[in-house]
Amino acid sequence: MSLLDIKNLSVEFQTAHGLFRAVDGVDLEIDQGEMVAIVGESGSGKSVSMLALMGLLPWTANITADCMLFDGIDLLSISKKERRQIIGKDISMIFQEPMTSLNPCFTVGYQIMEVIKEHLGGTKKELEKRAIELLGLVGIPAPETRLRAFPHQMSGGMNQRVMIAMMIACNPRLLIADEPTTALDVTIQAQILELLGELQKEKGMALVLITHDMGVVAETAEVVNVQYAGQQVERQDVVGLFDKPQHPYTYALLNALPERATSKRLPSIPGVVPGLLDRPTGCLFNPRCQFATDKCRKEAPDHSSKVLCHYPLVDGKPTNNHPGVSASDVSVSGGTA
Amino acid sequence: MSQVQNTAGQIEAEKQISPLKQQFKEFWFYFSENKGAVAGLFFFLFVVFVAIFADIIAPHSPNQQYREFIQLPPFWQDGGQFQFFLGTDPVGRDVLSRIMHGSRYSLFAGCIVIVISLTAGVLLGLSAGFFRGFYEVVVMRVMDVILSIPSLLMALVLVAMLGPSLQNAMIAISITYLPHYVRLARASTVAEAARDYVMASKVAGAGKMRLMLVAILPNCMAPLIVQASLSFSTAILDTAALGFLGQGAQAPTAEWGTMLADAREFILSAWWIVTFPGLAILLTVLAINLMGDGLRDALDPKMKRS
Amino acid sequence: MLRFILTKLGVLIPTFLGVTLIAFSFIRMLPGDPIELLAGERGVSAERHAKLMADLGFDRPIWEQYFSFLWGILHGDLGVSFTSRQPVLEEFLTRFPATVELAGCAIIFAALIGLPAGIIAAVKRGSAFDHTLMGISLAGYSMPIFWWGLLLIILFSSPDMLGLTPVSGRLSALFWIDQDTGFMLIDAFVSDEKGAFKSAVSHLILPTIVLGTIPMAIIARQTRSAMLEVLGEDYVRTARAKGLKPLRVIGIHALRNALITVITVIGLQVGVLLAGAILTETIFSWPGIGKWMIDSISRRDYFAVQGGIVLIASIVMIVNLLVDFMYGLINPRILHRR
Repeated sequence: MSLLDIKNLSVEFQTAHGLFRAVDGVDLEIDQGEMVAIVGESGSGKSVSMLALMGLLPWTANITADCMLFDGIDLLSISKKERRQIIGKDISMIFQEPMTSLNPCFTVGYQIMEVIKEHLGGTKKELEKRAIELLGLVGIPAPETRLRAFPHQMSGGMNQRVMIAMMIACNPRLLIADEPTTALDVTIQAQILELLGELQKEKGMALVLITHDMGVVAETAEVVNVQYAGQQVERQDVVGLFDKPQHPYTYALLNALPERATSKRLPSIPGVVPGLLDRPTGCLFNPRCQFATDKCRKEAPDHSSKVLCHYPLVDGKPTNNHPGVSASDVSVSGGTA
Repeated sequence: MSQVQNTAGQIEAEKQISPLKQQFKEFWFYFSENKGAVAGLFFFLFVVFVAIFADIIAPHSPNQQYREFIQLPPFWQDGGQFQFFLGTDPVGRDVLSRIMHGSRYSLFAGCIVIVISLTAGVLLGLSAGFFRGFYEVVVMRVMDVILSIPSLLMALVLVAMLGPSLQNAMIAISITYLPHYVRLARASTVAEAARDYVMASKVAGAGKMRLMLVAILPNCMAPLIVQASLSFSTAILDTAALGFLGQGAQAPTAEWGTMLADAREFILSAWWIVTFPGLAILLTVLAINLMGDGLRDALDPKMKRS
Repeated sequence: MLRFILTKLGVLIPTFLGVTLIAFSFIRMLPGDPIELLAGERGVSAERHAKLMADLGFDRPIWEQYFSFLWGILHGDLGVSFTSRQPVLEEFLTRFPATVELAGCAIIFAALIGLPAGIIAAVKRGSAFDHTLMGISLAGYSMPIFWWGLLLIILFSSPDMLGLTPVSGRLSALFWIDQDTGFMLIDAFVSDEKGAFKSAVSHLILPTIVLGTIPMAIIARQTRSAMLEVLGEDYVRTARAKGLKPLRVIGIHALRNALITVITVIGLQVGVLLAGAILTETIFSWPGIGKWMIDSISRRDYFAVQGGIVLIASIVMIVNLLVDFMYGLINPRILHRR
């Protein structure tokens, strides 16, 4: 049995302009100790699906799923109290903005000890010892003195380390990292990713890494989930994904990587992820897809297939009796579009 | 495809409506979402109507003393008469008629206070934020001085200097409200003056007056309007308070606060003389505050809900 | 911290000088002759007029008068009341405890109700409770408190209605107790008179409610909006991601941050309270500085008014300064600057 099993997860928000479906039929399966990446542009519902799992969405969100099992426990049917005993202990999550994600009014030590006390308990001395140990583990120098520091007295990278220390404090079996390096300097980014990778191996926990950076995916993940506009469009192991992308979106994302560029100008995907008011009919990716046909504009592809596309790609060419155009005929729009 | 047509249609539709109308439509959309604000608006319009037509709709003259009907209770109580709907006061004047006429003084006082404090405050704040330097320091320190004296005490002292009357009460209250406008106007002027469009009109050769009044002022108006709606209600309250303390409108003027001051000694014997004028103040002020809340939601983009 | 104090003082000193200037010019700007104004309708003989002019210093040059006024203030001399012949400062100090007692009770009452109400409204945003509370607090904010006081007297003190509370004063005339501290609650509590404390409390109830109404409305509204803002912050999400109980997330993580603004708001109510005290003390014949100021104005005791302005403005400025310090103390971002 897998550690986490989510089937057909959807999240809808009640807004002033009507219902907005932020996540649409996402599946996610994670085994013990596995490292999965979820990739997609901003606004593709990556964070929202994980926040739904954590139960951190506001009450305006309507969450539905065929199943949402963690270690055999159905997260949808248990009470809030029972969920609180899992959240922060067995499943924990670190966020994008380390500077604002820590409470400015409390010391770093207090915030770490608080979560241990909540789930595992212990005397003040034990808690302090454990907090110092954790701060050392995440590579913070002089942890004894840092215990009494406030978040604003430290850098963003240090705060993210504190955040990680806090979230692995109870030895979680699943750690979700929501773009943990986006707000940090490039040099710090690599250190944080390395730290996460080490901790994952050392503790044998599963790690979900949400990112929009394909480079990060290539370096760290084992399995990759590609999301677009709230839908999971493709899922593959990392080697297969980079070698043989099957969905046009994945293909376009990979083409946009600088190290893969063949022409002088860097290719990009024209347009943006559709929002609430400009949802296209048919396949959600069709306005931006270089292979889109009339069928794509009318019919949405089948959710049950492995790749959410009428014409999955093989070697960069659409299959399934795609009418006419092949990849080479279409000029990849480049530059500043 | 349909999407493209849709936006094209929208653009066309937007072209047909003038920008001012469009702005108002957007304003009304946010304003009307707030039910309390709409209710407040209607009650306020009702008060305005009563104030304008008080001479026609009031059943009696506000100062006519019916000596045979002294301290009559409202019509639903024993001894009440229907022609004196809310009863009569200790000298036989009709309470309802006096309240209706009183709305004139309160609304008038509110308007005058806003006009004086808004105009003077904006001029001082705008010039302070525009010219900066020593002038700004002096203006802002003077405002600090006014703020450090509790507003009602300040108004009382000013009235004592000028002599107690409704007119002087309005002037005194206007002065105590100045600092809020000056601070707001100065802050937004300083912020706006650093913007590119001000620089652009400076480069285009706009004079100082034009720069200040045409380029900067219209862009600082939103917070000032909200402040004005807030001080409209407090001005009514403060005018009534001064009247109550005997330092505002003088008896026998049918001003709400003055009416309450007259009625004080009868609170234990004739509850209606005390209750109704105060209720009139409360409801009018509440209506204006409800409107002000709606106005803030509609004008302040930061408060807009997604 | 030292720089913080120095900049604050740099603003406070000119403001204080401005206040003294206003208070000073108050008598001099009254239309007519100051002595005749002070004497009122009785009038004075020419001889006595000249003597009074000399005694009170009105015959000296205006700047000299101002500097001797300022010099007096710096030495704790605020002049002598024209009606009671007592030093103004002494008059003020005998009445000050009554106002502090009333204002203190009012602000505690306002905070005890306003804070929790605002917190619950923010947590249950959009609920019936939220709408009702915001409606009530807007009504409280719109309240003409002089009428509110009269209405409460009708309801609670009128023998026809409830007849529960006394109408005026600080203590029933049945009791005679030593005013050692000036705070009636304390004096009555330590005195031997049985029932004095109960009487003092019952005299305080209505004035406290009346004076506390507007601050309560302001505190409830500000608490709600501060909490709403804080509840949307990332660190509150973090606290929930830690699996903490809702009471802990709201009561510790969110509230601690919201309190930074709320305490400042509470502190800034001093001006509102002192203005409200003028009305409340008038209605309930409460012998505090608000009633003293009003009485002095109507008695044309302009030296008392002049001194009162300086003293009251000083209190407002000192409290605002303390609030500024407190803001620094409860906000770790300012306290522990790198």
